[in-house]
Amino acid sequence: MPVDPGLSTWSDTLLFAAVVAYALAMVAHAAELAFAGRAPVRRAPRVASAVLAGAGGPPVVATVPASPAPERRGTVVGRLAIALTALGWAAHLASAVTRGLAAGRVPWGNMYEFSSMVALLAVTAYLVLAARRAAGGLGVFVLLPVVLLLGLAGTVLYVPAGPLVPALDSYWIKIHVAAAIVAAGTFTVAAVATVLYLVRAGYDTGRARGASAATARGLGRLLPTAEALDCTAYRTIAFAFPVWTFAIIAGAIWAEAAWGRYWGWDPKETWSFVSWVVYAGYLHARTTAGWRGGRAALVALVGFAALVFNFFGVNLWITGLHSYAGL
Amino acid sequence: MAPSEGPAEGSLMAVLTLEAPPEPPRPPARPSPLALARYAWHQLTSMRTALLLLFLLALAAVPGSLLPQRGVNPLQVGEFFRRHPTLAPLLDRFSLFDVFAAPWFAAIYLLLVVSLAGCALPRTVQHVTTLRARPPAPPRNLSRLPAYERWETDAEPAAVLAAARRVLRGWRVDGHPSSARTPPALAAERGHLRTTGNLLFHLALLVLLAGVAIGGLFGYRGTVLVKEGEGFANALSQYDNFRPGRVFRPTALTPFAFVLDDFRATYQEAGPTRGAPRTFDARVRYRDAPDGPLRPYDIRVNHPLRIGAAKVYLIGHGYAPRVRVTDGRGAVVFDAAVPFLPQDANFTSNGVVKVPDARPEQLGFSGFFTPTTVPSPRGLTSAFPAARNPALVLLAWSGDLGLDSGIPQSVYTLDTDKLTRRATRALGVGDRWQLPDGLGTVTFTGHTEWATFQVTYDPGKRLALVAALLVVAGLLLSLSVRRRRVWVRADRTEGGRTVVEIAGVARTGGVGVGLEVRDLARRIRAATSSRAHPEGE
Ligand code: HEM
Repeated sequence: MPVDPGLSTWSDTLLFAAVVAYALAMVAHAAELAFAGRAPVRRAPRVASAVLAGAGGPPVVATVPASPAPERRGTVVGRLAIALTALGWAAHLASAVTRGLAAGRVPWGNMYEFSSMVALLAVTAYLVLAARRAAGGLGVFVLLPVVLLLGLAGTVLYVPAGPLVPALDSYWIKIHVAAAIVAAGTFTVAAVATVLYLVRAGYDTGRARGASAATARGLGRLLPTAEALDCTAYRTIAFAFPVWTFAIIAGAIWAEAAWGRYWGWDPKETWSFVSWVVYAGYLHARTTAGWRGGRAALVALVGFAALVFNFFGVNLWITGLHSYAGL
Repeated sequence: MAPSEGPAEGSLMAVLTLEAPPEPPRPPARPSPLALARYAWHQLTSMRTALLLLFLLALAAVPGSLLPQRGVNPLQVGEFFRRHPTLAPLLDRFSLFDVFAAPWFAAIYLLLVVSLAGCALPRTVQHVTTLRARPPAPPRNLSRLPAYERWETDAEPAAVLAAARRVLRGWRVDGHPSSARTPPALAAERGHLRTTGNLLFHLALLVLLAGVAIGGLFGYRGTVLVKEGEGFANALSQYDNFRPGRVFRPTALTPFAFVLDDFRATYQEAGPTRGAPRTFDARVRYRDAPDGPLRPYDIRVNHPLRIGAAKVYLIGHGYAPRVRVTDGRGAVVFDAAVPFLPQDANFTSNGVVKVPDARPEQLGFSGFFTPTTVPSPRGLTSAFPAARNPALVLLAWSGDLGLDSGIPQSVYTLDTDKLTRRATRALGVGDRWQLPDGLGTVTFTGHTEWATFQVTYDPGKRLALVAALLVVAGLLLSLSVRRRRVWVRADRTEGGRTVVEIAGVARTGGVGVGLEVRDLARRIRAATSSRAHPEGE
């Protein structure tokens, strides 16, 4: 199917529009965060973690976050920020759709398109959280990596719309890569929530040590409670992890069809494995005494680092089957 | 992991404690072998050890992606050895070019498997009994639980609890009649599916590893290069490269054969991705039994040929220039297509031609083939991967090819130790080249294409796939279902009204049960409120 240059240009324009909207949304989110003012809620920490001696089963430690972040739904700036984000998201989605129509295939066939889709899914995850009022204070920090990623995609990684190389021309690309995109986008939001959790927890520790408000890190004061951030991070990872697991399995099925083996420790496979194992470690760490909280958060960030390296490091520095140089 | 019984009635700490789980057993003071073994087993199957082993496994996999691996790309390993002659043997001593077959890698995952089995199997047994157990009795002070609601109503306690029972449909509910000291109550629990999912996940992981192991033990994988017009029969001697499983027997080779009739590749003709491959197509005729009929099949990327339990994949292709050599005596001593190996995306391909039968001296040629030849500052090069204007550049050598030395030689390199360099020439199709000193003539008569095929047999594959899907199913259950407990208590007060309390806890690492308890409370209130008492917030 020939490439439609008109549609392809539309796609590029829409992506640019999305980036502009996101950037404006970021400013609005930041203004909301800074000026709308979060009353420094310091209620006594509710039951933070609990061991349930269950009827049977090992004593499983459960983190029971207290009530979620107090939502500031009222501020005009806040609503503007969400509206701009949603506007950018719509343009972004339209960009992906026109790109797919232009090339006559799914719009995730190369690094440029994949980056754009991951960013789109990160914003989607953010908007879903926002709709459930579980994204308080996250806006700026989700849009920052999104805008950076899109900037990188539009400049360094950009390739014109074109057909797929034969190795990618399979219906598995729809399944495997789509799952990887959903997982990566959601993991991105989880990583943002995790970093913010660490910042907020650091601020709380500073406060508890009696540091003056000036010495305690300023950003932490503006953020939702550590419990709420931890809860957001967990929920997003708990969603993304099975999707990521499925993406890896679908990749293995595809590899079996394309290369004759379902697992061959190709660098891409190796780094997927590493990130999967580290995220499994995170889920374990949350229920292991002495690992809950900060340490588990660090594990989640290591998992995300492996994911990022799998995408940029492996694609750009390491040659493997996934670079499709030849057949 | 001591099995814990339902807590004693009224003991809050037994239901919900704030401490860390019990310390793992200490090493026995006066170690008897049995006690030591039990201690070691406890340690191995503890969550902490599992965590540690998981991180070790992730860490151990990293060098396997940063250093070239023999199992993935043996040529790159050779290249690494050439470039780092001192470092490479040292790394090799630690199996760093075979990370995924290294003893230390095996040690980590075997420990993990044992830990996993030692953890998941007893928990499964426990879980089966738990499934039939009653929900634990309510703690005395419900208001100390993380989610708690309380209201008053005119309904009788028994009516309230009956209503609560109806609202709690789908929960496992246990009634606690009033005693001398405690008012009547209900205990309810839900979400055992979470633990079921968790166990399914861990057990399926074990099965998955078993599937991988079966493939690694009994399977095989081999590659073979076949020129157009030639064939392949599934026998060890026919493979260019063969990797058997650890207990593979040659009788496991499915008896099949095929002939490559035609290989076709098409490429992007225009636009910014000009020259990018579009389709690959290997037309073969195969038979799946020694005396079976020949059947046609198109092997393409993502479209392998299945023969019995074996599969044949198309994994590469290239050109084989056809060369005719007449020696000094005028005899035709060579007339064949020789596979050259592609060096770039436009299929500039390198290779050698060995003519041991030439007299007075043996002849050898090294050179390259360009399918769409264009001039470049450094000589000829290829501008497009399809064969539009083929040319062959040869460097002629004469002397001793060294084929009798007993050392096996690669068919893609020339051992020039005992050879003399003679002349070089670029040939178009049909060109005839008179070698100097009456050594003979060389004619470039055309080319054929070749394809490389990989034959694989993996008897553990299906098991691994089923297990992998169960892994996902288990994960979905375990990460989406929340295990939680709720207690409802209804107490008659002096004033003749009923105080209803409802409280809950979640044992999931996610959200609390606050919303759910609030919702249950609302529904129980709605079910018991009399019209006379419209309940306001
Ligand atoms: C190959 C090794 C292992 C992997 C990849 C793995 C992975 C996971 C994952 C992804 C989860 C979270 C999903 C879920 O709740 O089902 C989990 C939970 C769990 N794992 Fe493992 N695991 C491994 C070994 C073990 C071992 C050896 C133990 C025993 C100590 C263990 C005990 C548990 C427990 C108790 C949970 C439940 C935690 C919760 O309630 O969230 N796992 N595991």
